[in-house]
Amino acid sequence: MRVVLGEDLTLLRDGLIRLLTAYDMDVVAAVDNGPELLTALVTHRPDVAVVDVRLPPSFTDEGLKAAIEARAHVPGLPVLVLSQHVEPLYARELLSAARGGLGYLLKDRVSDVRRFIEAVRTVAGGGTAMDPEVVSQLLTRHARDEQLRCLTPREREVLALMAEGRTNAGIATRLVVTEKAINKHISNIFTKLDLYPDEDGNRRVLAVLTYLNA
Amino acid sequence: MSVGYFALSARSGPILDLGKLACAHVATGRGVNSTEMWAAGPHDGGAETGPEREVRMSHHTGVFSRLARLTLVTCVRGLVQAVVSLAGLVLFFASVLSVLSLAAGIGILLAPKSLLAVRGLASTQRRWARHWSGVTIATPYRPRPVEITNGLIGRLQRCKWLLTDPATWRDLLWALAGVPVSVVLGLLPLFMVVAGLWTVVADGGKLLFGWWNTAPPSFWGQVFFLGMLPLAVITGPLLLRAHAWAAASLLAPTREAMAAQVGQLAESRSQAVDASAAELRRIERDLHDGAQARLVSLGMNIGFAEQVLRDNPDLALTLLAEARTSSGQALAELRTLVRGIHPPVLAERGLDGAVRALTLSLPLPVDLHIELAGRASAPVESAFYFAIAEALANVIKHSSANRAWVQVEYHSGRLVAIVGDNGTGGASLPPGGGLRGVERRLAAFDGVLALTSPAGGPTLVTMELPCELSLART
Repeated sequence: MRVVLGEDLTLLRDGLIRLLTAYDMDVVAAVDNGPELLTALVTHRPDVAVVDVRLPPSFTDEGLKAAIEARAHVPGLPVLVLSQHVEPLYARELLSAARGGLGYLLKDRVSDVRRFIEAVRTVAGGGTAMDPEVVSQLLTRHARDEQLRCLTPREREVLALMAEGRTNAGIATRLVVTEKAINKHISNIFTKLDLYPDEDGNRRVLAVLTYLNA
Repeated sequence: MSVGYFALSARSGPILDLGKLACAHVATGRGVNSTEMWAAGPHDGGAETGPEREVRMSHHTGVFSRLARLTLVTCVRGLVQAVVSLAGLVLFFASVLSVLSLAAGIGILLAPKSLLAVRGLASTQRRWARHWSGVTIATPYRPRPVEITNGLIGRLQRCKWLLTDPATWRDLLWALAGVPVSVVLGLLPLFMVVAGLWTVVADGGKLLFGWWNTAPPSFWGQVFFLGMLPLAVITGPLLLRAHAWAAASLLAPTREAMAAQVGQLAESRSQAVDASAAELRRIERDLHDGAQARLVSLGMNIGFAEQVLRDNPDLALTLLAEARTSSGQALAELRTLVRGIHPPVLAERGLDGAVRALTLSLPLPVDLHIELAGRASAPVESAFYFAIAEALANVIKHSSANRAWVQVEYHSGRLVAIVGDNGTGGASLPPGGGLRGVERRLAAFDGVLALTSPAGGPTLVTMELPCELSLART
């Protein structure tokens, strides 16, 4: 799996390269600023881009902007965005370019190496990986949403895990129930929120996120 | 004075009646100002409530002694104003002569002294206006420049400072034009009291002892002069207030001066806001790229080590060692950051200790002379500490000096710090430079910074800031 890495702090860049390499990923380019990131993404067309939101020269959301722009040039380019703080606005901007794998994680998540690598693979495979922090902020924002209040607590739990990008099997394991039960919950949720239940995995997650992000 | 007492404690008819009239006038509250003024008298215990006042009213002696005291105080104050204004006239002529003699050289010595004396007199009158009549007159003077040195040059600087301040000339004008105002308004209450009393004493004396009276006034004449007594009671404080207003017309800052000051304040405030926003941005950046990043890397290393512990213990050990270094560095970075925000030693030992600690860490010897009887407020201490730190950092970076000295003192309400070195000199204040930032930060406290740095040295950075010191905190 070919990876392009955009991270300006040497310490973290080197750490991430070592980590990804150890899990059989090939870091084809590791850059430390926005313009170079855009060039690297367009030239290398990697299987996945791992990108820090804040990059030089502006030290604002340069990384995010470069990733979104790269997706315009390379449709469906999978992007996993890392950030030291969670900003639902950024999640929304990422989702607006919604085709291909997407992820938005707090940098803290790299300490859970196994799950982080899993997230990179999910995104590379066209899936979604949203930080639980983003999801919970989105859910808080919708605390007074009439339709969301119709959901049972269990259904809300399932919705949150679904928004993070977990598969039905993953949710079932996490909540220690059968996959069949999860299927039932999900179809209830989709009915209550007027979403289409027959979407495939990733588009389903995106539908949920788009709903929450609206 | 004893005459006044006699008059108002005497139970002679007409005076008593007119006195009552005066009381009634006050009690109806038609002149809220005059009651306030009376309540503000020095012998007064504070504002009276309505019922209390009525109790007093029923108690004639109490009311009369109060009125007598107030009138007496007013008369004395008026007299003081009149006499002081005459003293001011003397100072006026002295000042004019000394300014004229500037050309002859001797004025350089005399002019600042006489002009400051006029200023002192004007300040006294401002204080009286506030205490006696409740008229607040703001101080219009420009701040004393920082650069004033000793010797002849210092005297010239003082002359320039005083002569270029419009407030000096307005003070002088008041010293002259205020004389007739002070004499008339100041002596009028006393005149009225004396005129009224004289009628009482003369007529009463004629009645009792058959004193000879050159021109016995007509009945209406007597009424007129007697009427002056209550009139003095009522209008005395008003006349004093009128005098205060007259003084304010020349002694208060002009509209232009106020506008200029407001402009200056607005500018220094916006600079302070900019400076603090930039400071917050710097702190956020330092945290984001420093301690936060190190903690992320720490977590990554530990997590990674966990994964490879079984299969590759050597790698796990390396990762853990790196993690330890990372945590140490994160702590060091947090410490540096905290020191940059507010050095702990500044919180614990104040400016004195913090500057001492600072100089200990510098690579060149610094002579310290710090005399502070107490501690300034925390924001002032912090601003001053960073100002001194910046000045010393410049010494090390630019001056190629092998000695520096820091002097911190507090006198006449101003905290003064001088940072000097024996380096090459020729320093300037480039826009966007560190000292400009210090200047902005000090300006937020009405503080100023001056740099003298002739080519070849020495360089002196002088910082001054008006503030109050509290007793040393423990």
